[in-house]
Amino acid sequence: MSILINNDTRALVQGITGGEGRFHTQRMLQDGTNIVAGVTPGKAGQEVEGVPVFDTVSDAVEATGANASILFVPPAFAADAILEAVDAGIDLVVCLTEGIPVHDMLPVRRYIDLAGAKLLGPNTPGLISPGQSKMGVMAGYIHTPGPVGIISRSGTLTYEVVHQLTALGIGQSTCVGIGGDPIVGLTYKELLPMFEADPDTKGIVLIGEIGGSAEEEAAMLIAEQISKPVVAFIAGQTAPPGRRMGHAGAIITGGSGTAAAKMAALREVGVTVAESPAEIGAAMASLLN
Amino acid sequence: MKIHEYQAKELFRKHGLPVAPSKPVTAVGEAVSAADELGYPVVVKAQIHAGGRGKGGGIALVHDADGVKEAAERILGSALVTPQTGPEGRVVRTLLIEKASDIADELYLAVTVDRARRSIVVIASRAGGVNIEETAAKDPDAILKEWADPAIGLRPFQAHRLARKLGLPAEAIRPATKLILQLYKLFCVEDCSLAEINPLAITSQGELVAVDAKLNFDDNALFRHKGTAELRDLDEEDPLEVEATAVNLNYIKLDGNVGCLVNGAGLAMATMDLIDHVGARPANFLDVGGGATAEMIEKGFRILVDDPDVEAVFINIFGGILRCDVLAEGVVAAAKAVDVKLPVIVRLEGTNVEEGRKILNESGLAFGTAKDLREAAQMVGEAVKGAVQ
Repeated sequence: MSILINNDTRALVQGITGGEGRFHTQRMLQDGTNIVAGVTPGKAGQEVEGVPVFDTVSDAVEATGANASILFVPPAFAADAILEAVDAGIDLVVCLTEGIPVHDMLPVRRYIDLAGAKLLGPNTPGLISPGQSKMGVMAGYIHTPGPVGIISRSGTLTYEVVHQLTALGIGQSTCVGIGGDPIVGLTYKELLPMFEADPDTKGIVLIGEIGGSAEEEAAMLIAEQISKPVVAFIAGQTAPPGRRMGHAGAIITGGSGTAAAKMAALREVGVTVAESPAEIGAAMASLLN
Repeated sequence: MKIHEYQAKELFRKHGLPVAPSKPVTAVGEAVSAADELGYPVVVKAQIHAGGRGKGGGIALVHDADGVKEAAERILGSALVTPQTGPEGRVVRTLLIEKASDIADELYLAVTVDRARRSIVVIASRAGGVNIEETAAKDPDAILKEWADPAIGLRPFQAHRLARKLGLPAEAIRPATKLILQLYKLFCVEDCSLAEINPLAITSQGELVAVDAKLNFDDNALFRHKGTAELRDLDEEDPLEVEATAVNLNYIKLDGNVGCLVNGAGLAMATMDLIDHVGARPANFLDVGGGATAEMIEKGFRILVDDPDVEAVFINIFGGILRCDVLAEGVVAAAKAVDVKLPVIVRLEGTNVEEGRKILNESGLAFGTAKDLREAAQMVGEAVKGAVQ
């Protein structure tokens, strides 16, 4: 089992005829994703890696029954592409685009909530349920099916954790990147209960970073709703205040959003917090034993 | 992106927000003639991006031409040290000469994004002119907020409610309501991440004046604001950071002794934490991103070794989109070109890792290669201990 995507997921790729879209469509197919359609305005009738291309998302959904979409769309057009997918009835939209203006994302996020859809990202590497489906750009081969669910705000740091787990013989149920932007869709709050409800997930790794208050909110939710063991790591313990550390969302402002506060909040509710990024996998291994 | 007060006030004027007559100048003579034109008293204000200028002596109220001359001579060209600049201060290149306002009361007003509520928030307080974070910590009730629903924006009734709650004199309620809506509109139209007026003055005639003006912009939206992008002042930024930005590297200078080069922002922060964990200190944040070329890696490596504080270099790459062989080629080219004497520790994993390791091993350069993050951490710790002895 897994969360959000599995063998039944019928994936759609928005921006499939662009360089990135084409390249990752090929890699997602290799990793077992059932990609049923692609969308690029004006390119209906073409095929990419054997996947039929449509002009609009609603055409694609009507013809193929696609229920999840992954976007390879430039920042200036990404907000509109998300809305088009939701409007067409897509349940899960995965937006990889980095650099979407915050003022574009605010109404999009509001519309997602009103429509009852799920958005992952923007600025996420996507998600993977190893052995079943991948909607993202992570290297599939480092993953292996197993009992650990991962929720992360970072891309390559997630690969690092997956690598540590796999090296210890521990596989993953689903690895989810929630994205490094200030305004994103699904966060720990929505994802933690999904892992709690998934019978095949035995432990959860939460990878956070400085900025915002999502990790503190996650701590409150863990205290109330999560019985499975949780290991956390917060990146940015040494980051200075007021500087944006790469991700638009990773900034300590006015003394809030510090790693120390997030680590304390998580420890308070019984989460095992790794001090060093080299010890995350080992911490999960000892909790599972 | 940050801009100067005088630039923010130009945008305020464009959006109809009340500011006092003022003029930016870059020379003492200009300062005096600007003050003569505006009429005394005037305020001479150092234009740097850091706050706390008054505490550092960068703001002076003067009553005549001699006063302007004295203040301008003292501040222009000096390195102004404020609580936010660090001990080295910031060189003042521009002054704003502003007609002094007759201030009866000082308020605080700001617009920003509330991430937790996923909406824009207007923040106001009767306690203007001071550190708002201190007020928020000591007396949370003194901070008033109105949230704009992203579907409908900030409504006039909300701005009115905020003006009423501030307890303003009756004649100031309507102008304050208008000003709040104007600041909110500016914030949205100009793609700001922060619009702050501290203090917002009420004059003894009951008029509102934005005595200070601070605007920060969403870097991701600069593509649709060419005019704003041109307001960027490179003198306010670290030269190594400017150099890095020019080649699309994400670099932030810190004050430690281990330079690090990493792909991905989260892993870069985690690598800094790891360096700290073994008793050393990170000299920088450097995210080379997913699409780095060998040239970008070479440039990034040069920036690290050009930092005189760096005693060791740690390269931590988890190759996904960025291939390990590309990384290795860039590092080898850079190390050969600059003849690096510092210890260099490399930890590679991911796409094409075997090819990458081979390139490093066959380069003839004395790199320390770690098989995993734990071993890399130990090697970094030992390298720095060695450098100190």
